[in-house]
Amino acid sequence: MAEETFEPLIIGFCCNWCSYAGADLAGVSRLQYPPNLRIIRVMCSGMVHPNLVMDALTKGADGVLVCGCHPGDCHYQEGNLKAQSRADAIKLMLQDFGIEEERFRLEWVSASEGPRFAQVVTEMTEQIRELGPSPYRMG
Amino acid sequence: MVRFTIDGRKAEAESGKTILETARAMSINIPTLCYHKALVPHAGCRLCLVEIAGRDELQASCAYPVENGIEVMTSSPRVARARRLVAELLYLRCPEVPRIQELAREFGIDTDRLKERFTPDNEKCILCDLCVRICKERMKVNAFDYINRGHLRKWSTPYRQPSPFCLACGACQSVCPLGSVDLSEITLHKPRPILSEYDAGLTRRGPIHIPFAQAIPKVPVIDRDHCIYFQRGVCKTCEAFCEAGAINHDQKDEIERIEVGAVVLAAGYEAIDPQIRAELGYGRYANVVSSLQFERLLSASGPHMGKVLRPSDLTPPRRIAFVQCVGSREVDHNYCSSVCCMYATKEALIVKEHAPETECTIFYIDLRAFGKGYEAYYRRAKEEGVRYIRCHPSAVREVHGSKNLVLQFPSEDGSIVKEEFDLVVLAVGTRPAPDAAGLAGAFGLRLDARGFVQTHELAPVETSRSGVYVAGVLGGPKDIPESVMEASAAAAKAMSFLAPARGTLVGEMSYPPERDVAGEEPRIGVFVCHCGRNIAGVVDVPQAVEYARTLPGVVYAEDNMYTCSTDTQQRIKQKIDEHRLNRVIVASCTPRTHEPLFRNTIREAGLNPYLLEMANIRDQCSWVHMHEPVKATRKAKDLIRMAVVKSALLEPLYSASVEVNPRCVVLGGGLAGMTAALELARQGFEAHLLEKSDALGGNLRSVKFLLNGVDPQERLRDLVSRVSSHPRVRVYNKAELVDFEGSAGNFLTRFRADGHLYEIQHGALIVATGAAEHRPSEYLYGQHPAVVTQLELEERLARGNFQAASVAMVQCVGACEEEHGYCSRLCCAQAIKTALKIKERSPDTAIFILHRDMRTYGFYEASYREARERGVRFIRMAEGTRPEVAASNGRVTLSVTDDILKGRLGLETDMLVLSTGIDPGEGNRELAQVLKVPLNQDGFFLEAHMKLRPVDFATDGIFLCGLAHGPKTADESIAQACAAAARAATILSKPRIELEAAISEVVDENCDGCAYCVEPCSYKAITLIEYAKDGGVKKTVDVDPGKCRGCGVCQATCPKKGVVVRGFRLDQLSAMVDAALAVDTPVPV
Repeated sequence: MAEETFEPLIIGFCCNWCSYAGADLAGVSRLQYPPNLRIIRVMCSGMVHPNLVMDALTKGADGVLVCGCHPGDCHYQEGNLKAQSRADAIKLMLQDFGIEEERFRLEWVSASEGPRFAQVVTEMTEQIRELGPSPYRMG
Repeated sequence: MVRFTIDGRKAEAESGKTILETARAMSINIPTLCYHKALVPHAGCRLCLVEIAGRDELQASCAYPVENGIEVMTSSPRVARARRLVAELLYLRCPEVPRIQELAREFGIDTDRLKERFTPDNEKCILCDLCVRICKERMKVNAFDYINRGHLRKWSTPYRQPSPFCLACGACQSVCPLGSVDLSEITLHKPRPILSEYDAGLTRRGPIHIPFAQAIPKVPVIDRDHCIYFQRGVCKTCEAFCEAGAINHDQKDEIERIEVGAVVLAAGYEAIDPQIRAELGYGRYANVVSSLQFERLLSASGPHMGKVLRPSDLTPPRRIAFVQCVGSREVDHNYCSSVCCMYATKEALIVKEHAPETECTIFYIDLRAFGKGYEAYYRRAKEEGVRYIRCHPSAVREVHGSKNLVLQFPSEDGSIVKEEFDLVVLAVGTRPAPDAAGLAGAFGLRLDARGFVQTHELAPVETSRSGVYVAGVLGGPKDIPESVMEASAAAAKAMSFLAPARGTLVGEMSYPPERDVAGEEPRIGVFVCHCGRNIAGVVDVPQAVEYARTLPGVVYAEDNMYTCSTDTQQRIKQKIDEHRLNRVIVASCTPRTHEPLFRNTIREAGLNPYLLEMANIRDQCSWVHMHEPVKATRKAKDLIRMAVVKSALLEPLYSASVEVNPRCVVLGGGLAGMTAALELARQGFEAHLLEKSDALGGNLRSVKFLLNGVDPQERLRDLVSRVSSHPRVRVYNKAELVDFEGSAGNFLTRFRADGHLYEIQHGALIVATGAAEHRPSEYLYGQHPAVVTQLELEERLARGNFQAASVAMVQCVGACEEEHGYCSRLCCAQAIKTALKIKERSPDTAIFILHRDMRTYGFYEASYREARERGVRFIRMAEGTRPEVAASNGRVTLSVTDDILKGRLGLETDMLVLSTGIDPGEGNRELAQVLKVPLNQDGFFLEAHMKLRPVDFATDGIFLCGLAHGPKTADESIAQACAAAARAATILSKPRIELEAAISEVVDENCDGCAYCVEPCSYKAITLIEYAKDGGVKKTVDVDPGKCRGCGVCQATCPKKGVVVRGFRLDQLSAMVDAALAVDTPVPV
């Protein structure tokens, strides 16, 4: 496949209460974003094990996006803050694995932020498109 | 049905449909500029040409009806050549129009070369006829039409004059594919854009709209005041677009009669129109906005997606001025709106978060940060650089040209300065809901003089009519936490009122016995929804179904027009039976709205509801990739594959349930505790009221009179007697808590009272342990007989032994200071209350109130005004200064720096009254440990959410009210106590509590008892345990299903896969990741 046809594949983990709803709202508002994201619904961003992120990236995902509620809005009090501290650890692991930091993002998207969700996905897709395929991508 | 082929694919359509319509239904893209669903085809732009096998001429597919047996080719070389030629001609006609330039790019036209060879026309219109047709066919106006012939042909209004017949509806403008129609050239009338109410007039909306992003139900409504059909009987264009046929213009308002036992009114308020302060320029100057508009500008769902841009030129404002009290604290709005100081502070802080270099200035009279945590927030805003200037600007002027705004105000040294701002935000106050008077009339309620619904003294949500309750700002200005408390309080009152009828109208659902699927191989059924055209218009649904059939474990797959329709539900149940399905995938919309429905469907077919998985191929696929059908189809297949692999790993889940002990323990026998206990008893529950002293009453015993004239002591006696005599309330004096355990529905409390040890099993607990008046150590208190606290003064006034020719009161003693960083909320109104009482007893007594901000929020503002009118003198202490106090022959001298005079003032008075703050209860820390609930940094109990859950603790089953939560008035304590009772009743009223099924589960063989997961659990649901195993001691953790909420923080913390969340297990999520990465459907080229 030629370089210019590279389509990034991004795995998204969205929390049920805020960001998954925000992603739904992007749809209801018919906001268009690139079709490169595959969303996995989780109950809370704090549920996403760092191994899930690292596994995805080392098995060939070009990017991983974890979305949670804004600080203070977590349905489970502070699962999102836990996700944030893990994100710092994940970034360190990325270095060890030789994966660019931009391939992992943690973003806060509320249930009313459809436009923000679309914007985050568009930005991230473009950014990763520029980075090129994951070093771990097969074929 | 007509059968034929398009691009080699079999197609069928109803007779009379066009080729274009059929192709679109099959997701085959045919370009066109002049096609419109609601108009007669025109075949004008010629872009939609297609080839029909055996015909010489290419045909315009938008106008060509389908015929049996024809073979249509939409992308043959001949078609491509012809369309390209058309595109070139269109380009030469309108080379400057962006849409045509885009078209030229799509067709890869070398425009430079084309322009060299031919002279372009530079027209704006391609004569697609859409505007003329919609005006003629739909609006029945025909305000303009074609003139001239041949290449001079163009559209025009009669005599080339703006038409008086034009409705200025804007349809022509909205259908023009090139965006070239200028309504003002056509109409004699002024176009009236419909301003979005949700965006406070900052944006426009259509006559059909979803009123706001989170509307429930989230369906569009037709605004009859603006819909051309309802105004003129024409148009109905929308009907042609709604695939579901859901638009019915003949629908009439229906009047429904519902018999109810009680009514709660919560009709809210209206923002005051800032134009009442015409001198501030709202409505005249573009860059003067109301605070609600500013709120929308800040919002991510607002007009500029959260970018703050000023209206005149859409540039980010660098200098923003907030003007407080617009419409509040006026003679004709003689109350404080209570929320504006804090929302302005919040808005300023959020702007600075977005753009730290923004300078925010808040012009205020008194900064009323009186709520829980607000003083700290205000302090933070000052630290972040928000500038507070004590001044109410008299006018705003616009600078010609820049449209900046100039405000005048006194500077620090007292001289008047002028300053320019880029944006001015007017903090508008609240006024009664526009229909408050109508509601009051309909329900027979009294309104107060200001137009709010009148409530009883010391009975905050009760109206003048029994059985009718009011909550929120309809009863007076208040902030979110107080509104939420009142809402629950109104529910409590209604529940007490209706207690005998509780549960009498509840029906039971019955289901068939559940099929045991244990040990069965997965037999997965996949149902892919078209959702009319919503999904199928983009995603190739039949292809997705074909694909699903190839996936491992899938034994059945089909597509449905609407999977959620009643007949499809029946069909799903039938297919589950027929194919012995033991997992069901619905690929359709979002599980957030439809999972309960489909879970119920499979439960009705005898499957455990947790054997359902959904693939969201609408909200997160077809709707967001509308122009990329191929990629969207691929994504939909991926999502289905991910759902299939997860579903194979699903297992039936069962929620445990616990029996509820329908009794409540209330800690604290003050006003809040007594009110909560009595309210619960009225609702039919047993309440055990524990008071640590030897008598009920708490702080209310020291309150001798109130501003509204009610005798609190009489009320107290009444309340104590009702509590003591109620058969379902048991009071324990001198009670001392020993320990507390269990979870919601099933607590066990041990306590000692009167020498006995009691043990009570109960379903809920209410903390109402109160607080205490701060005992000062400064200002000669306790050393000089003339120095007293407010409560001591109140006591003297009540006893009638008050005598003084002059009194000074000092506010904020032990509040808003270093060691007491919070505002005690009550003291300003308390000072006004005692000052007015003194004036009533001895009008000649001179009273000086030394204060910082007078925080007489809400209706207390009227009393503050009254005090000024009666001659009470208010001296504002300069910021950061405190009065110096000295004894002088039985009198007291004070020296204070006056903020307005900027100099020292000396006072000698007979009495010095200290308005002391409220200290958190002494035993709070110890109690918090026993109950395992948190305190805030000031030492008050911390609720689950400051705004939305103001009476709940994060731990289920434990609730909070009164001064234990934070300083508040008697009315507010009562409202919160009723609210706590209502919240407790949500547990006590159920015979059993269903626990969440998708919660954590320990995998004992993986867990080595490292206990990493224990501390991060916000619900304290995990404990480390040890047990004997294989002759040794095995360490492991244990999850309390009564406390776990299934957030999964433990799962993500565990390094050994020793704890997982059912339904979201690590292996399930991991399988989904693998499935997402196993891309085996390359994009067809």
